[in-house]
Amino acid sequence: MTLTDSSTSRAAGGDVPLLEVSGLTVGFPTPDGVVEAVRGIDFTLRRGEVLGIVGESGSGKSVTSTAILGLLPPTARIGGSIRLDGTELVGADDRSMSAIRGKRISMVFQDPLSAFTPVYTVGQQIAETVRIHRGSSKEEARARAIELLEIVGIPDAPRRVDSFPHEFSGGMRQRAMIAMAIANDPDVILADEPTTALDVTIQAQVIAVLRKAQQEAGAALVFVSHDLGVIAGFADRIAVMYAGRIVETATAEDLFTKPRMPYTVGLIGALPRLDQRSGQPLVPIPGTPPSLLNLPTGCPFAARCPLVTDECRSSEPPLAQAEGVLGGHLAACHHSDELARTGADPDEVFDLPELEAGALDGVPRDERETVLHVDGLVKTFPLRRGAVFKRTVGQVWAVDGVDLDIREGETLGLVGESGSGKSTTLHEIMDLRRPEQGSIQVLGTDLGAGQLDGATVRRLRSTVSMVFQDPMASLDPRQPVSDIIAEPLLAAGTPAGDVARRVPALMKMVGLDSSAASRFPHEFSGGQRQRISIARALAASPRLVVLDEPVSALDVSIQAGVLNLLRELKAKLGLSYLFVSHDLSVIRHVADRVSVMYLGRTVETGAVDEVFEHPLHPYTQALLSAVPVPDPARERAREHILLPGDPPNPTEKQVGCRFRGRCPVFAMLGAAEKERCATEVPLALPHGRDGQDHTAACHFPQEKQLV
Amino acid sequence: MIRYLSRRLVYYVILAFIATSLTYFLASATFDPRAQYSQRNPAPPVSVVDAKLDHIGVNDKTPILVRYGHWVGDLAHGDLGQTIRDTSVNQEFWPRLGVSLRLLLAGSIVGILLGVLVGVWNAVRQYKLSDRVTAVLSFILISTPVFLTAVFLKIGATQLNSTLGFQLISFTGEATPNLQGGLAAIAGDRFVHLLLPTISIALGSIAIYSRYQRATMLDVLQADYIRTARAKGLRQRPAILKHGLRTALIPMTTLFAYGFLGVLTGATFTEKIFGWNGLGAWFIDSVNANDVNSVVAYTLFSAFVVLFAGFLSDVLNAILDPRVRTQS
Ligand code: SF4
Ligand code: SF4
Repeated sequence: MTLTDSSTSRAAGGDVPLLEVSGLTVGFPTPDGVVEAVRGIDFTLRRGEVLGIVGESGSGKSVTSTAILGLLPPTARIGGSIRLDGTELVGADDRSMSAIRGKRISMVFQDPLSAFTPVYTVGQQIAETVRIHRGSSKEEARARAIELLEIVGIPDAPRRVDSFPHEFSGGMRQRAMIAMAIANDPDVILADEPTTALDVTIQAQVIAVLRKAQQEAGAALVFVSHDLGVIAGFADRIAVMYAGRIVETATAEDLFTKPRMPYTVGLIGALPRLDQRSGQPLVPIPGTPPSLLNLPTGCPFAARCPLVTDECRSSEPPLAQAEGVLGGHLAACHHSDELARTGADPDEVFDLPELEAGALDGVPRDERETVLHVDGLVKTFPLRRGAVFKRTVGQVWAVDGVDLDIREGETLGLVGESGSGKSTTLHEIMDLRRPEQGSIQVLGTDLGAGQLDGATVRRLRSTVSMVFQDPMASLDPRQPVSDIIAEPLLAAGTPAGDVARRVPALMKMVGLDSSAASRFPHEFSGGQRQRISIARALAASPRLVVLDEPVSALDVSIQAGVLNLLRELKAKLGLSYLFVSHDLSVIRHVADRVSVMYLGRTVETGAVDEVFEHPLHPYTQALLSAVPVPDPARERAREHILLPGDPPNPTEKQVGCRFRGRCPVFAMLGAAEKERCATEVPLALPHGRDGQDHTAACHFPQEKQLV
Repeated sequence: MIRYLSRRLVYYVILAFIATSLTYFLASATFDPRAQYSQRNPAPPVSVVDAKLDHIGVNDKTPILVRYGHWVGDLAHGDLGQTIRDTSVNQEFWPRLGVSLRLLLAGSIVGILLGVLVGVWNAVRQYKLSDRVTAVLSFILISTPVFLTAVFLKIGATQLNSTLGFQLISFTGEATPNLQGGLAAIAGDRFVHLLLPTISIALGSIAIYSRYQRATMLDVLQADYIRTARAKGLRQRPAILKHGLRTALIPMTTLFAYGFLGVLTGATFTEKIFGWNGLGAWFIDSVNANDVNSVVAYTLFSAFVVLFAGFLSDVLNAILDPRVRTQS
């Protein structure tokens, strides 16, 4: 395969491909047969080019990058060819590969804590990379390490160079990882999910650094991710992988506007978008990816594809030039011409579920019953030190002023990065106990009003239920699904006959086959397991369901189905949701109202479209600008606010505004105004447009349009 | 870091003192030192026995708290008291400690070094023939008591000597009595005597340590940072040795420290079998002789070894693991 458009050959080297992968196959022998993780991949990479490889778990994207580095386990069977500047790497011995690794091809890994050796300083580890390939002296290598840390924006690099990995924050570790990758001015940087474990504002920082580093080193970048949105903004070309093959590849713009393979179409439609009003269902791709062990003949997407024909089931389509698009836009589909004819609108290609209108849809907010009301919630933890005799040396203000208000039939999205106090807030609510400070009211019952009697607590327990992030961890692996779902019913004292009737009904409601009731959690896929958790949460007919990152462990195509289900259930049962997520696109999609938290405080609250389109608080604005929009043209044109640094530790009772250390507005203020931010805690006041119930806790709110 | 370790040290000393005091009470309550004298033939007059026991400090007619008070007072001056035969415990103790250490140290050190080496080797060659063979050998050795290994070794050495026709390996005592010759001859003689005890102690340790080291090393080999080290361009061996081994040793330090304890307990047998006059043998004899002060002294010593081992493992841990160092 060759690239016919030359928009990307901007750096030296012209048309000579830097990296040429052709017919690459990787198989892993197992006792049950060979798992064909990569089944014939071709792509070329030019100098300075950015290639995004997107795929869901098990698509073979990480195996591909590992294969290029030559670091697959010795049992792996590799075929085909990988050429770097014409030199064949497949089958090269370890000595010559070691000379290339870290020098000509380098890698940025996903989890930077486990990717650094815990017992050496960050500086030592970066310097080692330099010394291996340049044979520099210790001093030279150290100086280079400091220089590199400065390039990636580590403040106070000469001192931080001697820090150990655990002393760095996640974002700083990932920068250090990038510093290590560019240490020897490589030709190719492979980044494997480099921002997946990071918060969005940190993700934005890291991507900016990666871009800068890549340009400074003049390297080509292969960015592997499960997130089409992250890649959209800065990849020149994108390759979509499915079941071990590239199924479509094109320039970023072309791929998003003119997809020519149903899977890509589905992926685009399944992505919840930050820049689209809520209300539309997402495109769910039915089913799950095939097992790579004993793959059936034909198109691997056939079982999930709405355009499938007999031809698809008998022969696997080759990756070939698609119709009506730029040269070099390849798709592996027998019916890509059909997509060219119809325009490839995801909503039309896939069956879009009808969303029922909820009974409460027309009712104004004020007239609805309040399901949960939280006011000025505070929760502190003692901070303990000492190896043998622990002693309390201070307090962590995990939650320090949280306000929430959820009405009947409403979804409140709770947004915040790690350390914002989201989880603690949920804990406090689920505990059903008197809060340390502030008040919690569940359906009008005040948890602070003296000791609640047993009957009230039991009633409240069945009123509020919870769905956790990781369905595998929250479902007992030794219980059959029917017992798991029945648990809350039994706890509420439901008679056995009713339980036996309810369980199949619940399973049907969440889209599971009730004949699977006797199976165990591990026999289900991730999406199905989350459906089991939802069925369990709904068993006791709650009014409020607390959803803690319910879809963040799922692949996009699966996530869409679960999100649609949640909306459907809400409308059908008149539920209220408290939906916690770090993903603002998901929140925009599911929530009616949104509440943004920073360092234990609620900083902005309002109707979701209002907050996303007219954000007031500088933190909300930064968050929104950091979330990539899966639309290359728009993403490149957007304003990006990069926040400096990491959130501070909430170990002190803060005076003034907690955000001021990172606040871009604060940085521009005059001395008198700064003084106000520094001394006076901003209260959540309505600053929004007329007639909008929209509050922000900032002294100098200024509306900004960012999505 | 220094503060962390010194705090640990103080804590350990207090623990050692408590453990020893408990032994004192236990031994005083159950032993019958009077029998040691009154059952002599002819039985000495009670007043003589009392005087003797008073002198030693183990007279059951004195309230136990008073005896304990005296014992603590003496201990404060570094005096461990008198044995039942009215000799100084200190004088019995120190030379024997030397003997025990000479016997055990070499074996322990060899055991640790080879144990680590074999463990790493097995981990790197997981499921290869060498790994399987070592696994079987280790399990055999682990389930064989030290005294059996020692006896087998002795038989082997005897056969070797008789085949060779001269005494190549000696295994009784620390040295040949009245050996004539220069420094080299004496050193050679000692070495020859040390050979079998060292092997018998080392074999067990190697077996145990290599199993643990293999497990920790296997964990580490899967770690992301080994992959990072390889991605930087380090070859397999330096990546494993430099980035893997150091991390894999961290959990081993505790095992080494307490493993030495196991060796010490086993020393009772080793000393008896190879005829070394060490602490283990002394302890057995003291228990048989109802010798409160000696037994308590031995307990004090073991407590210190336990705590020293704990301390040592803390120090090693702190040296190897920066996360421990910077934590407090
Ligand atoms: S080849 Fe057939 S099954 Fe495969 S993606 Fe195209 S239309 Fe769908
Ligand atoms: S109160 Fe001041 S520091 Fe805080 S967010 Fe507003 S402008 Fe920034």
